[in-house]
Amino acid sequence: MIEVNELTKRYGGTTAVDGLSFTVRPGHVTGFLGPNGAGKSTTLRIVLGLNDPTGGSVTVDGRRFRDRPRGLRHVGALLDAHDVHGGRTARTHLYVLARSNRIPRRRADEVLEEVGLAGASRRRISGFSLGMKQRLGIAAALLGDPPVLLFDEPLNGLDPEGVTWLRGLLRRLAGEGRTVLVSSHLMSEMENTVDHLVVIGRGSLIAAESLAGFAARGTRPSVTVRTPDLTAFTELLTGEGARVLQQGPDTLTVTGLDADRIGELALRHRVLLHELTARNASLEEAFMELTADSVGHVAGADR
Amino acid sequence: MTDTAAAHTKANANANANACAGATAAGGQDAEPRARFRDLVAAEWTKWWSLRSSGWALAATALAVVGFNVGMAYDTYRYWSERDTASRADFVRDGIPLSIAFSTDAAMLLMLALSSIGATVIVGEYRTGLIRTTFAAVPARRSVLAAKVCVVAAVTTVFGAVVSVASFGLTQAVLSGRDAGVALDHPGALRLVVASALLAPVSALVGLALGAVLRHSAATMTANVVVLLLLPLIFSADRHWAAVIDHALPAGAWNRLTAVGHQPVAHPWTAGGAWTVYAVWAVAAAVVAVASVQRRDQ
Repeated sequence: MIEVNELTKRYGGTTAVDGLSFTVRPGHVTGFLGPNGAGKSTTLRIVLGLNDPTGGSVTVDGRRFRDRPRGLRHVGALLDAHDVHGGRTARTHLYVLARSNRIPRRRADEVLEEVGLAGASRRRISGFSLGMKQRLGIAAALLGDPPVLLFDEPLNGLDPEGVTWLRGLLRRLAGEGRTVLVSSHLMSEMENTVDHLVVIGRGSLIAAESLAGFAARGTRPSVTVRTPDLTAFTELLTGEGARVLQQGPDTLTVTGLDADRIGELALRHRVLLHELTARNASLEEAFMELTADSVGHVAGADR
Repeated sequence: MTDTAAAHTKANANANANACAGATAAGGQDAEPRARFRDLVAAEWTKWWSLRSSGWALAATALAVVGFNVGMAYDTYRYWSERDTASRADFVRDGIPLSIAFSTDAAMLLMLALSSIGATVIVGEYRTGLIRTTFAAVPARRSVLAAKVCVVAAVTTVFGAVVSVASFGLTQAVLSGRDAGVALDHPGALRLVVASALLAPVSALVGLALGAVLRHSAATMTANVVVLLLLPLIFSADRHWAAVIDHALPAGAWNRLTAVGHQPVAHPWTAGGAWTVYAVWAVAAAVVAVASVQRRDQ
């Protein structure tokens, strides 16, 4: 469990994190979302004790992470896949980390196997692709078999097979009762992976809730209707209080009435329907809508 | 070190947690072994030797320093016939074999190279970002730096000893071809060998400390040159106030410890004072390195 309380971090005049509070619970994959520059990485660094907060506090399983003499058995983290020395081999990198935390060497070999790097373990990291470095960072996070795992943009650079693998891994880790926090600036990456969301923008909390709850807060669900009887049906729907938008020669987008009710109306008034499709608001739309006010760098905004 | 106290607290916390909650669902934190400082030393040792550049840098420095000294001895050997009889007769008495055994230029080269090698141990981690991985794995940052101090001090002391003994042995072997070499029991010889050997760890620790404070390669290298090489040039030992500063520097201490016999100096000081300067620099550098990581953001 990660508890963030009234966290604030200022760098000179800039406020990177501003009074942020949220809780990440075990047993779920929690997505940590926000546009670029929202303060995600700063928050994760403070969780790991690398940066000190200007105000507020963070505890991991009830204690400040900095107060633990060794970290790998408590929190496994992948902050930046490039945070390695290219001159060492993958296995030496892990042996060093394992040794510092009194973890046996064979555990390093195990996690290399688990992330699919066993074949490249004797190669120097400087020759690794970004995807391989991500896998190595994930291996390092798994070394101590920790109850809490933090991943900052872990999908970057992974191929489609790697993305599928990582999603499976995250779900499995959460299924084992661990606390799993995964950051991303792309909602689409998170959609099929997380159960809970913590969304921030400009260092402040925008939402902390389940995926379904978040989707419901965004654009309202709509229904697509195709019918040759366009004009008459539009009148009928408007009469029932719906908002109707004509999308094509025979297509309508209806909000304010659900698909069941529209089908019922069509049957009762003998209107022929060619299509009746309920569309849920996309998470991407909900995300864009909710973070629109807090996007730090909008293309062309400064002109 | 500080680890022991932290480990006790940790052990108590674990005991409490177990008593209250029983076994925890996921993760092996109940089974966490006591944190040991020697594991950090072992990890830093592996870090050092797993980079090819570490070995190469030491080998190249050793070759350069020993080569410098032996080259000087060879020059003396070669142009021996050009010396007059009086100069040959006073050669050993004036202590010249000792000034050839480890020359001032070789000492400057040694300081420069070793301070860079010491600095790389920490600056390399900041340059690559590895430092964040390291400190996330070991939140006890001061213990990590203390482990680095131990490894740097140990490796460079052995290195210094090898280079200094090799320089002395080889130069005297060359000079003995003209019956002008001395043995290790010659007055001042052992002190010269030890002082030159210890110049290596003192320089490396200064580099490590400056690297830990400055974190950037170029800035650290510049600072190394200023502290170890430039300051001794600026504060030459003729005025009293300048001599005081000169004597407080590692280079000044090395000069005092390796000075041969009876050249008159304006402001004499004791060898014990010079050894103290070595010790103070080494300890102060270690303290600065360890303390520098505690409060700043990483």
